[in-house]
Amino acid sequence: MNQDIKKNSIIRLFNVSKRYNGKFALKDINLDIEQGEFIQISGPSGAGKSTLLKVLYLAEKVSEGQILIDGMNLARISSSRLPLLRRRFGMVFQDFKLIPNRTVYENVALVLEAAGEKSDYIRKKVMQVLRTTDMDKKAKALPLTLSGGEQQRVAVARALVGEPSIILADEPTGSLDTKSAQVVLDFIMEYHKKGATVLIATHNLHLLESTVRGKNIEITEGTIKRTATML
Amino acid sequence: MSHFIKKALSDIRLNRFLNLVTIFTISLSILVVSVFMLFFENAGRVIEAWNQGGRAMVYLKDNFTKDMLLEIKEKINNVGNIQEMVFISKDEALDRLRKEVSPNSAFLKTLQGNPLPNAFEIKMKSYNNIEEVETFAKKIKEIEIVEDVEYGQGWLGKFLKIFNLFKITGYAMCGLFFLIALFITSNTVRLAFYSRKIEVEVMRLVGATETFIKAPFYMEGILQGFIGGILGLVILLVAYLMISSGITQGLSSYIYFDIRFLSIKTIILIILVSTFLGWFGCYLSLKQILK
Ligand SMILES: Nc1ncnc2c1ncn2[C@@H]1O[C@H](COP(=O)(O)OP(=O)(O)O)[C@@H](O)[C@H]1O
Ligand SMILES: [Mg+2]
Repeated sequence: MNQDIKKNSIIRLFNVSKRYNGKFALKDINLDIEQGEFIQISGPSGAGKSTLLKVLYLAEKVSEGQILIDGMNLARISSSRLPLLRRRFGMVFQDFKLIPNRTVYENVALVLEAAGEKSDYIRKKVMQVLRTTDMDKKAKALPLTLSGGEQQRVAVARALVGEPSIILADEPTGSLDTKSAQVVLDFIMEYHKKGATVLIATHNLHLLESTVRGKNIEITEGTIKRTATML
Repeated sequence: MSHFIKKALSDIRLNRFLNLVTIFTISLSILVVSVFMLFFENAGRVIEAWNQGGRAMVYLKDNFTKDMLLEIKEKINNVGNIQEMVFISKDEALDRLRKEVSPNSAFLKTLQGNPLPNAFEIKMKSYNNIEEVETFAKKIKEIEIVEDVEYGQGWLGKFLKIFNLFKITGYAMCGLFFLIALFITSNTVRLAFYSRKIEVEVMRLVGATETFIKAPFYMEGILQGFIGGILGLVILLVAYLMISSGITQGLSSYIYFDIRFLSIKTIILIILVSTFLGWFGCYLSLKQILK
């Protein structure tokens, strides 16, 4: 109890369950994630990792339970305020989710345009972030002309550009070769070191262990099987 | 704002074929509508000229005396639909006649006394169809001292009847083409929306509001309507210039033929309507797609 008060929780899940057609994808999950933590969510395919991330950014609604993010109760977020929640997250997906007919620059700038930022700021900030993920020279390229690793670096730039406090990454390295995967993870790590909370879902258990100090949450069949601290 | 216009233009360029078809359909609809407008505007002008702007002459019986003037004026006024009423006495009428024909014509010389009646010249407020004019005349005729009422000739009435029939056909055609254009526009928006499913999904993920997501679609619809409207009018103008120059060269020596192009007011109205059409098509399909 005492420990709870001291903690600076940013994400809390209380007895969260998610059912698809009566079948549990998540079952009675309790989680307390502190600000600045690095969380690896592992587990076999179909375990519920993606679903866990989806209920956080409200792509899916929970069937039971409560979720608090930064003090906001997700059950009480109206559809008009959903965009405000989404802007607290930077998201990276296995399939990159870049807009194919927009340039690298436009893909990244979209986040700031949607947030209503001034165009001077957008120009400066987008180029700065593209430099940090080493994609500034490809700013005018279309996503499909890039390699998978490069596309994911653009996606990471897009996730970081709004300076979110939380990064959600769903198998960000799942479709990349080892070298590109490491590069992408390094960029996310760098941002984590500035104070961001990071949740990465991966079925590759060993990927992060060597590089990161953080927590590994292992889930199978929708329940948390084990929580371990990686040292 | 300029950001959205730029994006809409680039989206139109990307989806070139679909957008060209839409713009062309809109312009075709606008063309049909504006052909009717052109016809109505010109016919209306001709009718007005023939009708002398809704004028009617009320001739009074011989037993009229000046002291009845106020009473009759009031009675006529009570019929309603009067914009202007001027009393023309026998003498004034003769004066006018003298001015119109040359003063030493044989006709005037043979004239004994003044055979012209006292009369009122009336300008009607509204005279859009012959029934209106007829009932007006009938009511005036019921006034005792009135001998006769003269208004547009018989052929004018016939023409007005045909004209009104045309008007109804015109409205129906305009409505039909409006619906076609609306259907095509909303369909284009729907296709555009599905072709940009990933874009919309991504925008939602990064925290774009629904307004931000919809704005480019609206901008595209509005631009299509606007461009389509202007294109339709340009086609009409070209056709008008070709035909009217042909007419003036070929026929001007035989008949007086004066077709004018649409007034600025009508042109603006047509462009506004077609822009609205683009917007409305977008509104309908987005309403259907989202929620
Ligand atoms: N939209 C959906 N409709 C029905 N079942 C789903 C849906 N999404 C996920 N599931 C099911 O929920 C379970 C967890 O899926 P998911 O979270 O994607 O697993 P993971 O990301 O760990 O591979 C799986 O059994 C999957 O089939
Ligand atoms: Mg998954």
